[in-house]
Amino acid sequence: MTNSVVDAPPAQVPDELTPGRSRWHGLRPFLPLVALVVAAVLPYSTLNLPGIFEGPLNSPGTLQLLAICLVFGGLAAGYDLLFGRTGMLSFGHALYFAAGVYGTDILVTKAGLPLWQAAVLTVLGGTTLAALLGAVALRTVGIAFAMVTLAFAQVGAILVARDFGGLTGGEEGLPLDVSGLPSALVGVTNTVNLYWLALAYLALVVLVVHRVSGSPTGRVLAGLRDDERRIGVLGLDPYRFKLVAFTLAGGLASAGGVVYVLIVGGASPHITSSELTLSLLVMVVLGGPGTRWGPVLGGVLYMYLDHRLTAFGTSDAVNSLPAFLSHPLSQPLFVLGTVFILAVYFFPGGLASLRSRLTPLGTALRPRP
Amino acid sequence: MNTVVLLTLTGLGLAALYFLVASGLSLVFGLADVLNFAHGLFLGVGAYATWWAAGNLPGAGSDGLGFVVAVLFGVLAGSLVAVLVELVLIRPLYSRTIEQVLVTVGLSLAGVALLQATWGADPRPFPRPDWSRNVTSVLGAQVPNAGLLLIVAAVVVLGALLAFLRWTRYGLVIRAGVENREMVTALGIDVRKAFTLVFAIGGAAAALAGALGGVYFGTVSPGQGGSLLIFAFIVVVIGGMGSVVGSAYAAVAVGLLQQFVNYYGTSGLGDLCVVGLLAVVLLLRPQGLAGKVAHA
Amino acid sequence: MVEPVLSVADLSVRIAGLHILQGVSFEVAPTGVTVLLGRNGVGKTTTLRAIVGLTPRNGEVRGTVRMGAQSLLARPTHRLVRGGLGYVPEDRCVFAGLTVAENLRLAERRGTTPAYDKVFSLFPELDRRGRQRAGSLSGGQQQMLAIGRVLLNDNRLLLVDEPTKGLAPKVVTEVAEVLERVAESVPVLLVEQNLAVVRRLATDAVVLSAGRVAWTGDARELLLETALTKSLLGVGAAEVHS
Repeated sequence: MTNSVVDAPPAQVPDELTPGRSRWHGLRPFLPLVALVVAAVLPYSTLNLPGIFEGPLNSPGTLQLLAICLVFGGLAAGYDLLFGRTGMLSFGHALYFAAGVYGTDILVTKAGLPLWQAAVLTVLGGTTLAALLGAVALRTVGIAFAMVTLAFAQVGAILVARDFGGLTGGEEGLPLDVSGLPSALVGVTNTVNLYWLALAYLALVVLVVHRVSGSPTGRVLAGLRDDERRIGVLGLDPYRFKLVAFTLAGGLASAGGVVYVLIVGGASPHITSSELTLSLLVMVVLGGPGTRWGPVLGGVLYMYLDHRLTAFGTSDAVNSLPAFLSHPLSQPLFVLGTVFILAVYFFPGGLASLRSRLTPLGTALRPRP
Repeated sequence: MNTVVLLTLTGLGLAALYFLVASGLSLVFGLADVLNFAHGLFLGVGAYATWWAAGNLPGAGSDGLGFVVAVLFGVLAGSLVAVLVELVLIRPLYSRTIEQVLVTVGLSLAGVALLQATWGADPRPFPRPDWSRNVTSVLGAQVPNAGLLLIVAAVVVLGALLAFLRWTRYGLVIRAGVENREMVTALGIDVRKAFTLVFAIGGAAAALAGALGGVYFGTVSPGQGGSLLIFAFIVVVIGGMGSVVGSAYAAVAVGLLQQFVNYYGTSGLGDLCVVGLLAVVLLLRPQGLAGKVAHA
Repeated sequence: MVEPVLSVADLSVRIAGLHILQGVSFEVAPTGVTVLLGRNGVGKTTTLRAIVGLTPRNGEVRGTVRMGAQSLLARPTHRLVRGGLGYVPEDRCVFAGLTVAENLRLAERRGTTPAYDKVFSLFPELDRRGRQRAGSLSGGQQQMLAIGRVLLNDNRLLLVDEPTKGLAPKVVTEVAEVLERVAESVPVLLVEQNLAVVRRLATDAVVLSAGRVAWTGDARELLLETALTKSLLGVGAAEVHS
């Protein structure tokens, strides 16, 4: 897997991310590899970052938070295949993630299958579900498509909440039965393995999305995003290409669900909510839709902030503020929603565009020789 | 027989609630192409403003004329918030549909969190007139008055909206704009004024739904708008975007279907049938029951 | 040299990255009918839409367009129209769900008296069918309605896009007659494919080819030279020489 990430041809680096000539220029293609290695050896560090993480880097709590962040980085990258790269505004992506989470959980806990079988069946099931529902939803386009996917995802939420057949545990959720799992994935001391699993998932998604967008299919998808009619004129069927992207993104999301259920040790109904899809959208837009690293960055940062802002909201610094400030600031969604709105206005390219926006500033500030 | 009458009337009550939310959504979408996720927020604002007014506004209360004043205050607040949202957040992104949707998504997350930060996440008891807690006997069925109130309100709003669309200059501009916005501007009309107006109307109707929904459910909570919104979206798609009459028919179909199936089948099955209905309508008539073809 | 009513200079339009118009310049005389000619897809409709401010959002417009002393680009469409720029779009675009009377009423403006007399004398049919839904009118009647609603107000210039497209020959003649009468009082910039109509109405001609101006001048001169007409308007597959 590591090798494949390096294989990425340098020509694929988006122009805006390529800085001018510098001595770092030759190293750029290797940066993803460096990042991957750093992320992989990070659990060996006992570094303490007060204020950023509660414990040292290798403490189970920190690793679990990081693992969740990585999974959502992967989810956001997969969602970007739809939104940023094909221009499809799906409001139902949570459904396929939830299918991964509940599918694995039910197959392991209720049916007693070994994990690998449950995982394979779940990913296959999630992909099939995406293909079937996509085939119906893609009969509509644009905003109507958004509403239809939203409605389909709502069915998932209702099914889970109403607990048909006693499978999902309803509002209570369904804790994962760990007795049948490989021992390396169970227990607080093994959190590091889950962290690596999450990292592998993220690398896989980035690789797949990157490969797809570099392929002829990817160019058709980009064409669909820019002007669907032009693709139709070329004699290609937009419907089939969009269905491929939709199915693939659904499959990747359900694989993310498999990893996520292992990390948090169970399923809870809030992951089926439309709010989760909206969060994915926020992650992608914050990071930079259609860029290679933007959505990953957005996903990681969003989940981190979502977790840490809760702690920040109850901290002394916030509590000492007057009530009209401290109350909203203690709501992570208020902060994230506001940041998101500002980002849509002022940073349409997301975090990924910051570099190109800051470069002229840096050039202007640099003293002239 | 009694059960059927009761289910029909409670189903219509639910339909009334959907219609109040969906009519505004439908007009906003039909005219301005904005899929408004913040519409649930207008509902929340209406509910909380009514709740606040009943306790704090002089002249307002939880009964009699005071209750009417409180509801009016809530409707006004919802309408005002909607106008502000349109002017400040939506208008600068004119015709950039996706960005507008994104902004309303952000607003729905932040707005609900703000309500929660201000009044807490737990449901609060809603001030309601005593008569609304009673039941009226209709054809032998004991129907809650709050449900009847909703039905009456929805019928009045439907009538007022249709009259407005048919007989006024702005109504004419809105109907034409739903069909072809560009051509309206090509006749020398500033169609953006109509956008603001449609947001004001939609915000008012949603706020009314919030206030009367509060009476119906007896409580008010920050997330109330969100769960109603998804069914309102479904009603809008089934009814055809931009069509008020279509929304009314679709709301009745959805409300009755949900109520009857949930009663005679398993609880929750009705909700699923509604989504099934949506899929069937889309497969047979992608443009919805009435109104313009849903386009990008 | 009379002052032109409209002058277009170095107009370039790019839509979704494609160059549709490249440096188009021409003038519209203050009287008569200036016809914009060219084969399908050379950018005639794009030119009219750019003038009236209806370039799609993924498009980019450069150059200058002036009506008198006033620069038109970057001003919102509704202001241009209120300033006296009447626009009759391709495919008529009447509001199908509205009645004929409502379609006309929509074009009324506050502070001015709509010229219903003039419109109904040109199109008596519109008066008779006031309560009929515009969508149920015939193609020719819809075209009359589209022109009629623009004529309710005073205009300094009319932009008319392919008014005879898809109409029966008899109706084409009717539309041409109407435009001839209209052009007596207001200058017209007309996009038209039907050469018989062009012959009847045109005083000046601008020929576009592949997004550029290929020929401008007196319309009769253009039409007299059969070879030139053929090569510019593409009856055969001849190359364009300008």
